[in-house]
Amino acid sequence: MRAMRLTGRVHKFGDDINTDYIISGKYKFKTLDMQELARHVMEDLDSEFAQKVRPGDFIAAGKNFGCGSSREQAPRALLACGIRGVLAKSFARIFFRNAINCGLFVVECDTDRIENGDEVTVDLERGEVVNLTRGVTLFVPPLPQVMIDILREGGLVNYFKKYGSFEKA
Amino acid sequence: MAEKIFERKVGKPVHPGDIVVAPVDWAMGQDGTTPLAIQSFEEMNGKSVFRPDRVVFVIDHNAPSPLESVSRLHDLMRSFAQRFGIRVFEVGEGVCHELMMSRGLVVPGDLVVGADSHTCTYGAIGAFSTGIGSTELAVVMMTGKLWFKVPESLCIRLSGELPPGVFAKDVILHIAALLGADGATYQAIEFHGPVVERLSVEERATLTNMAVEVGAKAGMVPPDEKTIRWVRERTDRPFEVVLPDPDAVYAKILDVDCSGLVPQVAFPHRVDNVRPITEALGIPVREAFVGTCTNGRIPDLEVVARILRGRKVHPEVRLIVAPASKETFLVALERGWVRDIVEAGGVFVPPGCGPCVGTHQGIPGDGWNVISTANRNFRGRMGNREASIYLASPATVAASAIEGKIADPRKYLG
Repeated sequence: MRAMRLTGRVHKFGDDINTDYIISGKYKFKTLDMQELARHVMEDLDSEFAQKVRPGDFIAAGKNFGCGSSREQAPRALLACGIRGVLAKSFARIFFRNAINCGLFVVECDTDRIENGDEVTVDLERGEVVNLTRGVTLFVPPLPQVMIDILREGGLVNYFKKYGSFEKA
Repeated sequence: MAEKIFERKVGKPVHPGDIVVAPVDWAMGQDGTTPLAIQSFEEMNGKSVFRPDRVVFVIDHNAPSPLESVSRLHDLMRSFAQRFGIRVFEVGEGVCHELMMSRGLVVPGDLVVGADSHTCTYGAIGAFSTGIGSTELAVVMMTGKLWFKVPESLCIRLSGELPPGVFAKDVILHIAALLGADGATYQAIEFHGPVVERLSVEERATLTNMAVEVGAKAGMVPPDEKTIRWVRERTDRPFEVVLPDPDAVYAKILDVDCSGLVPQVAFPHRVDNVRPITEALGIPVREAFVGTCTNGRIPDLEVVARILRGRKVHPEVRLIVAPASKETFLVALERGWVRDIVEAGGVFVPPGCGPCVGTHQGIPGDGWNVISTANRNFRGRMGNREASIYLASPATVAASAIEGKIADPRKYLG
């Protein structure tokens, strides 16, 4: 069982961050090596991003994070780069599912209350984000049970090895 | 319509927001997503594929392979497919979404998942189809099922009549502007109205293809006689058409009068950054691209050939054309469109995704403007973050290729 509570430092981005920005097609088609892909995460928006990330950091963004392509390399490369979760006002649906399936926290909340460099604690058990730097608590709408169960196992691969189907959970 | 398809698949009433586990009719993976699915399949100790005859792999995104590492990933797909008896559409067969429809695999009422976001295209023939991730594809291969959240439906009524020189692509770009890049997140879009009824199945696919660009889970057109005829020409597989109830409840109804529409252009670097052609005229272009799952089909190549016939592509422009499938290419060859386009100065690349995804076959140079019939214009999408991509209809792309700047196609279609 994975912890449903994590604390980390935030890197802030804007609205509509698409999966091409997270990991460009020119890299993702070439390899299954996520460490290699991790070096190019967010490269088209910030060429030094991968070097800035410390293990356990979060991304906070505006609306529609992860729009565009269905590439599961997007959440996987974020994880490989050290990012543990993404906080956003809203998410594109395929990315949201892929993130949960890879064990990446995806958290819907009012990210206007979070600035670059803030320290936050995400607690998906309680459904809240606490911005430790600013002393504000943000509400997180509950996830469907199936997603919580997948996240608890650290992703769909582990979930499936344990349960063998979606109906047995 | 989406609800009714899920009801049929799970055998009980469902409502928007419900989480259901449903059996899928087809699962598709392409060469950018399938290798990761195979890896997940192995990690989950997968031993068998539930229905190998309903799984399809397509090598289209990076085909023919430009690199040895890509060739290895393609071989991984081939050997996995051979081990389990899965059909592979090889290099040059065409774009996955075109093949799933035009080869008679998907039929109306099917529930289809594909590890590619533009899987939503098959709603053009009344299937519910949606994009998934690689690990989900692995699970579907193992079990034949996936969990879904039943979406709400958004009704878009397209009334009036499309003026000459204005196409399905212009309509969907206009809709992207109205809704925004997240305007239909988690919803199923249904396209209704006389404009849709008059469109061919291929043109309807341009609409449904881009549903994901406004966040939708699916884009669907209620099947009509034209759909049934189109599908029957391709397969004998029995199907039952699913139509929306006359009293269907929609989250929202959007009325769009198409009579006054002009050609539309999506400006960099957002699909919803759309302006009328009048505001784009004169922007210089260095590359023009016709193709993709949005606009690489027969009507698209036809209009491009018609505009280019007897004319020349501007010397500063590289016009690249990727037919959506081998069959499309052969039709273009038989009808003389290949000659029209090549003599004008265009170059054909193999049927497939071509330069749309930034891997090969037309990566733009620094500072270039590209005008493209594709569905995405994100910075770096075509492989160079220093280039800018404008999206438009095939007619607008052809006219712009001639002039070396964004041009109004209507003067070539008089």
